[in-house]
Amino acid sequence: MLQIDNLSNEIAGKAILKGLSLTVNAGEIHAIMGPNGAGKSTLAYTLGGRPGYEVTGGSVAFEGADLLAMEPHERAAAGLFLGFQYPVEIPGVSNVQFLREALNAQRKGRGEAPLSGGEFLKLAKEKAGLLRMDMDMLKRPVNVGFSGGEKKRAEMVQMGILDPRLAILDETDSGLDIDALRICGEGINAIMRKPDKAVLLITHYQRLLDYVKPDFVHVLAGGRIVKSGGPELALELEQHGYEAVAA
Amino acid sequence: MNAAALPLPTRKDEGYRYADLAALETVWPAAVQVVRVPAGKSAALSLIADGNGPEAREIAITLEDGAVFDLRLLNAGAAYGRIGVTVTLGKGADFTLGAAQLGGGAQTLEVVTEVTHAEPDAQSRQIVRSVLGGHATGTYLGRVAVARGAIGTDAEQSVRAMLLDRTATANARPELEIFADDVKCAHGCAVGELDAQGLFYLQSRGLPPADAKKLMLQAFIAEAFVGAADEDALTQAALKALEGLL
Repeated sequence: MLQIDNLSNEIAGKAILKGLSLTVNAGEIHAIMGPNGAGKSTLAYTLGGRPGYEVTGGSVAFEGADLLAMEPHERAAAGLFLGFQYPVEIPGVSNVQFLREALNAQRKGRGEAPLSGGEFLKLAKEKAGLLRMDMDMLKRPVNVGFSGGEKKRAEMVQMGILDPRLAILDETDSGLDIDALRICGEGINAIMRKPDKAVLLITHYQRLLDYVKPDFVHVLAGGRIVKSGGPELALELEQHGYEAVAA
Repeated sequence: MNAAALPLPTRKDEGYRYADLAALETVWPAAVQVVRVPAGKSAALSLIADGNGPEAREIAITLEDGAVFDLRLLNAGAAYGRIGVTVTLGKGADFTLGAAQLGGGAQTLEVVTEVTHAEPDAQSRQIVRSVLGGHATGTYLGRVAVARGAIGTDAEQSVRAMLLDRTATANARPELEIFADDVKCAHGCAVGELDAQGLFYLQSRGLPPADAKKLMLQAFIAEAFVGAADEDALTQAALKALEGLL
């Protein structure tokens, strides 16, 4: 599904990713762990197409297409979802309006018919229920006045509604209390744990992986994957730290 | 002196400092629309200026004691558009102005207000939102005058402009002239660009760049029309003008 080959990039002239390679197949959940400043969020933003993240080498194929040649909204229509570490507040724009427009723009991009207001609300209600989020919150402006935990749950509701093939979740577990962590974990499983979908889970801690069991764990350090393994690698990291394990 | 003999203003006239004087000359003098709201009564007026030629209008409003007036303006004509508003508030009167200016190309748009709190305990609120692209110029000049003895005055001006291009210009000058104690006058003013992070966030969910911008700008100008009696008509007209800009 996703093939990252020797990817390098820079932000404002500073090299961050330095020849990163990673393959993610349908039905797999990959966790990416690594110390601060390793390039984890940069990887997420680069795959999402954020302006300013300039690719200087390598390639990324998503479902066989050249991901790096696509605009951010085209990547979304192709089935990629980026869960933000810090979801952005958009004053005055309601979640419901924004998500309906976004979903219908994606559907248009794929040559599908738009959802009516009624059909959309039914879908939104179902996905909000999955994340135990009140529909009233979805009528409020995007992320404005939401707590850290609410923002992350709202991200997962968005993911449920948009129904991507590949989710790249950047520290979805940061800022979550124990209950919200479990709810988000269960939400990720319900939405994404399917044979035709895949997840790239970026995290610092083992605790999210207790709920969302990864098939593969990678250590990202100095802009490259320095070690890969099974779920046991995350436990090893938790016990011994990055320096000992990745050395 | 009759209206026709009014001399054309010059750059030295404060209220015309940023005007397109050549265009103004073609429509000078501006027709004055007189509004008088009797004591204790309420009235509202919405004005949509989105014609093709230059336009200049003056609205002279008198609010008697306890009168309420709600004025909404969409200033989005294709050429020069000027809307001048003078308001005199009686005791306990209440005035609301919500204005949006949307311009691109070489348009010059301006809203110029003079709000006089002549008596105690009156309220005025002015919300002006401008979206400017190309080489357009958008101006808000707003003077609030609080007369001697007009205690208990509550006046507020909120002025924000969004520049779509670095070549567009926004002028904003909220002004206070206070001759009374015990009054509350607030003004806020900001000129900025669309939040790049917000745009990327919306695009990452599937909205093409123009749609993402439109959604954010729609929310920005909605603040000027919220609560208006014909909010829908104003919003639709604004949306149409906005689509022309993007």
